[in-house]
Amino acid sequence: MPGKLKVKIVAGRHLPVMDRASDLTDAFVEVKFGNTTFKTDVFPKSLNPQWNSEWFKFEVDDEDLQDEPLQVTVLDHDTYSANDAIGKVYIDIDPLLCSEAASVISGWFPIYDTIHGIRGEINVLVKVELFNDLNRFRQSSCGVKFFCTTSIPRCYRAAMVHGFVEELVVNEDPEYQWIDRIRSPRASNEARQRLISLMSGELQRKIGLKVLEMGGNAVVGYLQCFDLEGESGLVVRAIGTACTLDKLSSGSAPNTNTHMHPNTAPASNACNSPSKDGKEPVFGEDLTSSSGPPTPFRALPTTSSSPPPFSPSKPCSRQSSSSDTDLSLTPKTGMGSGGSVGKEAGPLKTLLRQQTQTALEQREFPFFTLTSFPPGFLLHVGGVVSARSVKLLDRIHNPALGNTRSYKLLDWNSVTADEPETRDAWWEEIRQEIKSHAKALGCHGVVGYSESTSICEEVCILSASGTAAILNPRYMREGCLDIGITDHRFEEPSPPSCGFCHIPYDELNMPFPAQLTYCYHCRRQKVPDVLFTTINLPQEAAVTGKGCLIQARLCRLKKKAQGEVNATAISNLLPFMEYELHTQLMNKLKLRSMNALFGLHIQISVGENMLLGLASATGVYLTALPAPGGIQIAGKTPGDLSNEHHILTIQKRINDTIAKNKELYQINPPKLFALDPEVFCGINMELTEEVVGSPIPEPRQRSRLFRSHSESSDELSELDLSHGKKDAFVLEIDDTDAVEDIHSLLTDAPTPTGFYSCNTEIMPGIYSWTSGVQMFTSVRVFRLSNANLTNQGLNKIFTDLCENLLKSFYFKLRSMIPCCLCQLNFAVAVPEEELIQVAVTAVAMTFDKDQAQEKPADKSTTKGGSETEEQLQFPMELCADASSANTQPSSKISGTVSLLTPAAKLCQNQLVMVLSPGVPESTNVSSRAASVDYGSFADRCSTWLELLRLKAHTIRRGSVKTSRRTQSLAHSVSSLEHCSPLPEGRSRSLRSNRSFRGSPVTVVKMTPLSFLPGTRIIKYLGIINMFFIRETTSLREEGGVSGFLHTFIAEVFAMVRAHVAALGGNAVVSYSMKECMLMENPNKNQAQCLINVSGDAVICVRETDQEPNPSMANIGQTCASGTDGAT
Amino acid sequence: MAVELDVFVGNTTIMDEEVYQLWLDGYTVNDAVKVRMEGGVMEECEASADVLLSDTMDQYRTFQMCERLLHSPSKLANQLLFQIPPNRQAMLIERYYAFDDAFVREVLGKKLSKGTKKDLDDIGAKTGVTLKSCRRQFDNFKRVFKVVEELKGPLVENIPPIMRLLLISGIMLPLFFFANHRFETGKRKLQYLTFQDFAFCAGQLISNWTVGAVDNMVEDMDVDLDKEFLQELKELKVLITDKDLLDQHKSLVCTALRGKTKAFNEMEANFKNLSRGLVNIAAKLTNTKDVRDFFIDLVEKFIEPCRSDRWTAADMRLYLTHYNNSAHILDTFKHQAVWDRYMVVIKSCIFKMYHD
Repeated sequence: MPGKLKVKIVAGRHLPVMDRASDLTDAFVEVKFGNTTFKTDVFPKSLNPQWNSEWFKFEVDDEDLQDEPLQVTVLDHDTYSANDAIGKVYIDIDPLLCSEAASVISGWFPIYDTIHGIRGEINVLVKVELFNDLNRFRQSSCGVKFFCTTSIPRCYRAAMVHGFVEELVVNEDPEYQWIDRIRSPRASNEARQRLISLMSGELQRKIGLKVLEMGGNAVVGYLQCFDLEGESGLVVRAIGTACTLDKLSSGSAPNTNTHMHPNTAPASNACNSPSKDGKEPVFGEDLTSSSGPPTPFRALPTTSSSPPPFSPSKPCSRQSSSSDTDLSLTPKTGMGSGGSVGKEAGPLKTLLRQQTQTALEQREFPFFTLTSFPPGFLLHVGGVVSARSVKLLDRIHNPALGNTRSYKLLDWNSVTADEPETRDAWWEEIRQEIKSHAKALGCHGVVGYSESTSICEEVCILSASGTAAILNPRYMREGCLDIGITDHRFEEPSPPSCGFCHIPYDELNMPFPAQLTYCYHCRRQKVPDVLFTTINLPQEAAVTGKGCLIQARLCRLKKKAQGEVNATAISNLLPFMEYELHTQLMNKLKLRSMNALFGLHIQISVGENMLLGLASATGVYLTALPAPGGIQIAGKTPGDLSNEHHILTIQKRINDTIAKNKELYQINPPKLFALDPEVFCGINMELTEEVVGSPIPEPRQRSRLFRSHSESSDELSELDLSHGKKDAFVLEIDDTDAVEDIHSLLTDAPTPTGFYSCNTEIMPGIYSWTSGVQMFTSVRVFRLSNANLTNQGLNKIFTDLCENLLKSFYFKLRSMIPCCLCQLNFAVAVPEEELIQVAVTAVAMTFDKDQAQEKPADKSTTKGGSETEEQLQFPMELCADASSANTQPSSKISGTVSLLTPAAKLCQNQLVMVLSPGVPESTNVSSRAASVDYGSFADRCSTWLELLRLKAHTIRRGSVKTSRRTQSLAHSVSSLEHCSPLPEGRSRSLRSNRSFRGSPVTVVKMTPLSFLPGTRIIKYLGIINMFFIRETTSLREEGGVSGFLHTFIAEVFAMVRAHVAALGGNAVVSYSMKECMLMENPNKNQAQCLINVSGDAVICVRETDQEPNPSMANIGQTCASGTDGAT
Repeated sequence: MAVELDVFVGNTTIMDEEVYQLWLDGYTVNDAVKVRMEGGVMEECEASADVLLSDTMDQYRTFQMCERLLHSPSKLANQLLFQIPPNRQAMLIERYYAFDDAFVREVLGKKLSKGTKKDLDDIGAKTGVTLKSCRRQFDNFKRVFKVVEELKGPLVENIPPIMRLLLISGIMLPLFFFANHRFETGKRKLQYLTFQDFAFCAGQLISNWTVGAVDNMVEDMDVDLDKEFLQELKELKVLITDKDLLDQHKSLVCTALRGKTKAFNEMEANFKNLSRGLVNIAAKLTNTKDVRDFFIDLVEKFIEPCRSDRWTAADMRLYLTHYNNSAHILDTFKHQAVWDRYMVVIKSCIFKMYHD
């Protein structure tokens, strides 16, 4: 079924000078989609051409719409020779295909050339008219929403989580085609960019089809990666989690929610956030309230068209109070009636397992790419599961390639190899392994799942990791929000603040040796002593103190080798690396006196002569887990006095460090209540009924890390990473290596005061974010000049490199103190034999120091409504303006100003008023004020202009009065909102005026997190997935590699921002830089870099604003729900 | 073993004002690091020299990338490459177009052509401003003048932001004024005057002797001198050509001054000379060439004689006040308005130019 794509080229600005003679350019534009090309007229002799073209219309299949990017090429007309290309803009029109996303793309796009970078900007307008396709056999999947965000997007609720979707497409890399020898680098780069754009479009479409097949309408946690395998081709692969998402009717305007009428509101608040303490079991509270006052909950599911998302408690409460099956254990536990509960957990658990397994086992891979979950989704966490496999790359043979349409661009698409093994099979193998690991941990699902590769020459390491977990199946079954009779059975009696820590596996049949104790929080169930996970810290988890970034870094030298030998060498090294990384992590965790790791990400990169391992995670002290023991140093050779002394000093240093860290991270776990009941009473009021005795904690160190390696074979080698049955954590110093290890352990510099860092979404222990946000990317490449380095020497260099990077972040961001670096994402690579590259993307966020300590006591009162609050998994703004937020009606005006203010202050001359009929009075007022302001400015300007004009015409003539003229000018400006802010007074259509020259550049915030503190996301506009290549043959002139890369990264940011702004957005969330591949050849004065970035374009408003900003949503479709809510 | 590449790019471009100033002042990266170390940034933030070097390099790179945009400030506001908050943009432009007084003084009144560019080295050596900074300031002059010259073309669109700059700097106007009237400022006798002195005088001339001044059109600042007024100044000659009037004037002034200053004798002796000097300057201003020599004339005809008689600034003030006021008492002197308009400027200029 066709769709109609309409494109209009409005204008250009800041074009480069293409004609040296006149210092001007004769520019025209080619618009290409698929095989159709349109051209604009030549706009002669201008660097700011106004094409104002007709609408170019493309009639195309929606399949093409999904795959193909719109290609806009700006050229310089040359009468005598070939036209010179100025640059291109690729516009992904996918966001226009989904009714809920953007409806028009309009704005200034940087014109990008792979050799020269950004060369001016072009204003383009794109619309799509799509006809509904009801064909069952269609190949397109328009309308499926994609999100990079690894949690349920903020303004949606998950009606159902269908599960894992994956797909990969392969092709030959244009760079390695024979034709590349005869074409220019520019043509080659453009071919690559276009191909990858096509492939990701196709990939997305195919995944969309799978989602539709599963009955879903969205992909969350969409992770797309490129494997540039060189000679053997190019793989684009993606994984994600298929969901059925319902748009929240108007989370932004609480009073439109039908179920929020006065008498239910307090009750639902009570169940969402227990009034006394966030730690209190949600279900218990829920029940008491429903059994106490006449239950308002009954009305809930019927009255609300959209029942609150992620709130298992409500349906459950109704269920438990009305039905009385003998399986229902919830009422008892819910009432908090004593210690028998712990015992009952056993049978319940088995039951639960049976039930959920049936629910999940139908799936091939019960994997979820999500890292944050709706409360109640995650029941238990087993531990990290990971699998790696070393493969030798060969020509790709992908049977799927045969039946896809061949790319017009690549008619040399000849796949000759007939290697039976496909990339699909490789990943299949790894996923199976992960699945079996998860099973071994007694878990039926894997959450926080991700996949990655590292390629060096023809060797490729495939890695996958995730966290084994038991999930609440409610979200995975059809009709889960209707209350099924079986639902309540799966409600664990564990409180959410510690429930996920409880072991999922059978105590008597543990998959690995581990020391279990009763949960320190609820005392009902067993918990392990240490917990490693790849997910974010659940919002409801009880944490003591603050968290911190913990990194283990490791270098291993390896002999240079080829082919099979090389692969074998690498796979032999891998287990040792994992073991050492794990030991380092464990030691550092102990040193910080913490007992759990979240967001664990282990990256192993392969180079020609070395392997790099980097494990990053955020350490926290989970209240539910036992306190970690200290670290003891033991010498192998007792009796040696000097050695003994040495050991003692080290031991002292370690103990001091631990004590210091405890203070730094404010880790003061509540005292054991068995020893001092009164202390306990004071701390944990609602648990006073507990009668379970406290077992004396026996600090043992066990690993939750479970993984294996296979070397292109099915052979499975599992490692027991636990440290035997030692009573305390003992480090033995028996050789210099061990001494080095301990030294390196202690050399991690503490973060400067005022700074915190973590690699998860939010910092455990900090809850009061303020609005300061600074996203950054930093890249460092280190050249090892010394050829005969030892492992130790390398380790030190690598550690210093990472530490120095962190230090310079702290220095650069010192003006933001107090601040926290979140989602610190390190990517290491060995681009060449003697180079180590570290690329970091992170966001620095400011927070309120005074309020940082406490979790918001009563969240529901601080937010507009409980509806939104459930959505927003992270409390963002605290009571400061609680009253105003509450009392403010979903008012008519938040005004044009609110989001423009920062820009508007200085650029009055650029303030553009977009007034639509029917905008309420007060908006008019504000705009009038602004016009006046502007008028006076124009006044001033033109006076000066006159002055200079007089000057230029020099002297000798009587001066002209300019005042009248300026006044009339000012007048015309203030009366004509549509007129250009320039004295020239060029009137244009409202449409183009919005983003025309002089209009302020929309400020686009970027963050790797799924939210922006202090703001509320009101609309997701679509996924941003961009791939750029930049090449230079004048490296020195561009300031060396640093100058080259600096410019390129800045350009990438600029292009991302421009695309978001053109979609009508003002922020990118879940931004990430997937790839940053730099190749340099300083001798030839050349460099090339590839960058792949992705994220979700969104519109967000300040949390205090009740309504989307009209000027924000000016794209025509003002967020309808918002305005409805107002009336 | 070395860091081969080191970049840091923020979504909002991070710019340190201190480093920006160092960059503008033409410090090399290493010198800038030294200055910063001495400034104590390191202790403040627990940073090491490496960190400081890396940060400085990064910032310098950013500024270099920005410089292209700063050359046409209108671009800075709507470029897409750097996301810079508007107040930061203003800061960047303001500082970029700021001038060193010492430098401006040297350039003042000189022809802004390539010839002068060769002299930048000399100016740098003389003023202690680094060559890089000199070049930037000089190029800024040329840039703005070029814009002015090409005003008629499409560049008109680029004007307003630059005008904003001019407003900010408060330096451009005097410069235009001086360049326009080609005032002589480079003579050795004028070397002792600073740019601030000239800027002040220019301000006085503009606000009193130009066309706009008379019409009370404050916002209409025209820098052409009022021709009619200059013509009328010729009438003042009567003060020195009419012997009676001259004597009368002298006696009035002397009466007023007697006993009030130590320099009374010199004042009395020199009265006629000084008065002749001032009135002759007024009478000659119709000639463009004599307008050029306005400042040198003031110095030669008035300031130097007084200085050789060791008048204090207070003496000067006293003398000129009475000299001005006494003219009003002369019955036969009819040109009071012109006289005042003339003297108001002369007085304030001389006050400013008379350094003890």
